[in-house]
Amino acid sequence: MNTPIDDIETGQAQARREALERTWADRPGFIGWLTTVDHKRIAHRYVATALVFFMIGGALALLMRIQLAKPENSFMGPDRYNQLFSMHGSAMMFLFAVPVMEAVAVFVVPLMVGARNIAFPRLNAFSYWVYLFGGVMIFTAFFLDVGPEAGWTAYVPLSSSDFSPGKRTDFWAQMITFTEVAALCIAVEIVATVMAMRAPGMTLARIPLFAWSMFVTSLMVIFAMPAVMLASTFLIADRLVGTHFYNAGEGGDALLWQHLFWFFGHPEVYIIFLPALGMISEIVQTFSRRPVFGYTAMVLALMATGFLAFGLWVHHMFATGLPPLGNSFYTAASMMIAIPSGAQIFCWIATIWTGRKALVAGRIATPMLFVLGFFALFVLGGLTGVMLASVPLDQQVHDSYFVVAHFHYVLIGGAVFPLMGALHYWFPKMSGRQLSERLGRWQFWLFFIGFNVTFFPMHILGLMGMPRRVYTYPSGLGWELPNLIASIGSWIVGLSVLLFAINVIRTLCRPRSAPDNPWGAPDLLWSVSSPPPAYNFEEVPVVGGREPLWPADRPLQVMTGLSHVRREALLTTTMDAIPATRWALPDPGIWPLWSAIALTVLFIWSIFNPWGVVLGAIPFAVAATIWFWPKRSQPSLGGANERDC
Amino acid sequence: MMRTSPLRWLLPAVAMLAAGGCNRVQSVLLSSGDQASAAGGIWNLMLWVCVPIYVFVLIALALAMRRRPTPAGTTRDRAIGRGLAAWLALVGALLTVLVTASFLVDRRINRVAVAPLQIRVTAHQWWWDIQYLDPDVSKRFSTANELHLPVDRDTRIELASADVIHSFWVPSLSGKLDLIPGRTNAMTLTPRRVGWYRGQCAEFCGLQHAHMALDVRVDNAAGFAAWRAQQLAAPQLPLSGAALAGEHLFESSACAMCHAVAGTIAGGHGGPDLTHLASRRMLAAGTWPMDRDHLDRWIADPQKPKPGALMPAVPLDPRDRAAIDDYLMGLR
Repeated sequence: MNTPIDDIETGQAQARREALERTWADRPGFIGWLTTVDHKRIAHRYVATALVFFMIGGALALLMRIQLAKPENSFMGPDRYNQLFSMHGSAMMFLFAVPVMEAVAVFVVPLMVGARNIAFPRLNAFSYWVYLFGGVMIFTAFFLDVGPEAGWTAYVPLSSSDFSPGKRTDFWAQMITFTEVAALCIAVEIVATVMAMRAPGMTLARIPLFAWSMFVTSLMVIFAMPAVMLASTFLIADRLVGTHFYNAGEGGDALLWQHLFWFFGHPEVYIIFLPALGMISEIVQTFSRRPVFGYTAMVLALMATGFLAFGLWVHHMFATGLPPLGNSFYTAASMMIAIPSGAQIFCWIATIWTGRKALVAGRIATPMLFVLGFFALFVLGGLTGVMLASVPLDQQVHDSYFVVAHFHYVLIGGAVFPLMGALHYWFPKMSGRQLSERLGRWQFWLFFIGFNVTFFPMHILGLMGMPRRVYTYPSGLGWELPNLIASIGSWIVGLSVLLFAINVIRTLCRPRSAPDNPWGAPDLLWSVSSPPPAYNFEEVPVVGGREPLWPADRPLQVMTGLSHVRREALLTTTMDAIPATRWALPDPGIWPLWSAIALTVLFIWSIFNPWGVVLGAIPFAVAATIWFWPKRSQPSLGGANERDC
Repeated sequence: MMRTSPLRWLLPAVAMLAAGGCNRVQSVLLSSGDQASAAGGIWNLMLWVCVPIYVFVLIALALAMRRRPTPAGTTRDRAIGRGLAAWLALVGALLTVLVTASFLVDRRINRVAVAPLQIRVTAHQWWWDIQYLDPDVSKRFSTANELHLPVDRDTRIELASADVIHSFWVPSLSGKLDLIPGRTNAMTLTPRRVGWYRGQCAEFCGLQHAHMALDVRVDNAAGFAAWRAQQLAAPQLPLSGAALAGEHLFESSACAMCHAVAGTIAGGHGGPDLTHLASRRMLAAGTWPMDRDHLDRWIADPQKPKPGALMPAVPLDPRDRAAIDDYLMGLR
């Protein structure tokens, strides 16, 4: 029964949507693919690329497990094996774990906080290209037998030009630079998005926990990554131009590398882990049908973890002979991490305890299944972490398979399981289609069982004295059986990841059918269609609580005033999210890509010749200048327009 | 003073330890020295604390999952808040216990050694150079890849590196300590059980990191003194003609460039000291058992069992090689 007024309103809404479509549309075809600055499209390719690197990294691990399946195996030699494990570690840490978390955040955070795009969209596009080129470079080098060979930690002097001649370590060090540039770009965008682009009414105390976790993570990236960029630049300088930062013979110090590396490397673990905590909070909340218990405690725990993470890098160096009293400080700091972690575990269990269990077709939903797996694995890994914080015990099991078991429990159990859950959880929004729950359950159980079969025996191997990073081992020390079991388990994990790939590809071949809010979740992300339109929100949503979509029948309030014919975002104040100004967001452009290409030329050139840094900077400067050249057609907004909001 | 973990039954680990032949020579859990026992004590304490916590968390989670939904409006968040405070207090208290215990044990491990035997271990890619130090120069000697220690006595080991970072780890006796170029670390070992133990480089050090093992013989005072006297003596002179020819070949070919035999003109220091080679248990840093057949194959092509090893395959015809084998097998 439409009244004429309704018709007019629908017509207006239709016209508004069409205007928005035109304004936010990418150019058609391949050019549009290259020039897009849409955070959703960039996140898609970011996640996909990271998952491809994950699978290649995993395949390398399977090869390593074949080699270690029996003692004195001749499947591969030490040179190949060393490259494999170095590449496995580097790919998983630098090309998968950190980027994939940031990639998910690039998709989720702007939608969660009610923004039309991420802050600095062109930087976002640039970040992806730099990351892609860095990853392609290191894998190309690896397949040409110039892959890293000194482990993902590349300790000097083993990685110095004396002991790692050729270009292998140079490629590795430059890969670090690529990935860190990419990670820093995203970190800046996320901080800006969470601090300045939240929907009106989303005060600090109403930010969804995933956005909080990404905010803390991004701050950590900003503080931690420069340390490793500095370290790897020193390394390149030592190798390429003969400086002596790490050369003990000339007054340098081999331990300087370890300090710089772990000052980054330990926070790195939490950079991977904190986003996972945010994912768990979202999933637990949705499937318990109640707000997470202890929101304030959760936020404080995230911050405490992020803060403490910078004060415990020395626990990776307990065997280097540093003064015992200093070591004790790092023991205490490392163990303190258990307090915020314990608080979070408690809050999640309390949430599940008091919530209504939301089931999907009578069963536990796949995302929740992965979260339950997280509890079983991460708590175990966390407890072995407490053990490793003790100096005397660490000196026994450090650099043994016990540590290998520990960090796979915390990284796979603590980050990959939540990530898998989150990918199942957000997949409907990202693609408009729901992954198969049945395949998801199979994937979960194979992963969970295979993971434990692979990594639990490694605790025992470590206690039985097996050091890590050995390409073979003698028989007669009792290491045969646990190694064989671990190798079998690794193939079960491989099968599970294959199932995931099949599930994703199969689902992507189907028509889009996902509802807007298939899980009944409470945050703004689920208020838009699946997948969201290019402009995300037709009108800026206004938020009155932490769970804007609960109860489900409450209409979402919106605020009008943003232009439909120009790309505009609303900036709000940091504390209370009061509308402050309108901000012109940039149109698609090709120059982020050209800048990334120029930067790639610079980085790769500098592997071979130090002059590459100087001369390679010229094309990059040109590309960046054109990128940032002010455009006459886009007068800056704000000022007079502010009142319009 | 061997200690086994009283909580071992809690872990399937035990089943595997048993299945794996209950290896005593290179194990953290079956300690045979003061330092390893101290660390083992921390391990036991950790298990007593961590296993119950783990079980408790999983039970809580299982109960939470099984629990029926609370009727709307009756969630008792205040009560749960008190629960959170209690939980954090418990975690904090347990951590305090663990930190304190860890600190005290660390102090015990780092105590000053009493009238110790002094040894200097220098790690090379991929073998161990071992020097027994003594104020009396005539009582110093070098050996390689096999460490002999007296039981029930402190030994202070200085650790240095000739190339990259390595790590000295004999799990049954003590935790590990790195050997870092440009630095000298030191640790004390106090073995409490006579026997053979195995150690292995624990810091990734390049191609043959996997084959950088160390044999440790803990002996009673008399046995150790006898071994020491034997090491101090020059090896017996070659008796057979073949062995004499072998010595000549050894000294005139590439061998002597890197290897030393005390009392002869072979004085290279690039590779292990071979003065009493035949008295050692293993060859090439634990790669092969020491016998004539393995020695011959090792000299013929060291790259085969240990690809990347810095010892080249010196071209020798089999007769010459046999002569060198004869000579080396006589170095006792």
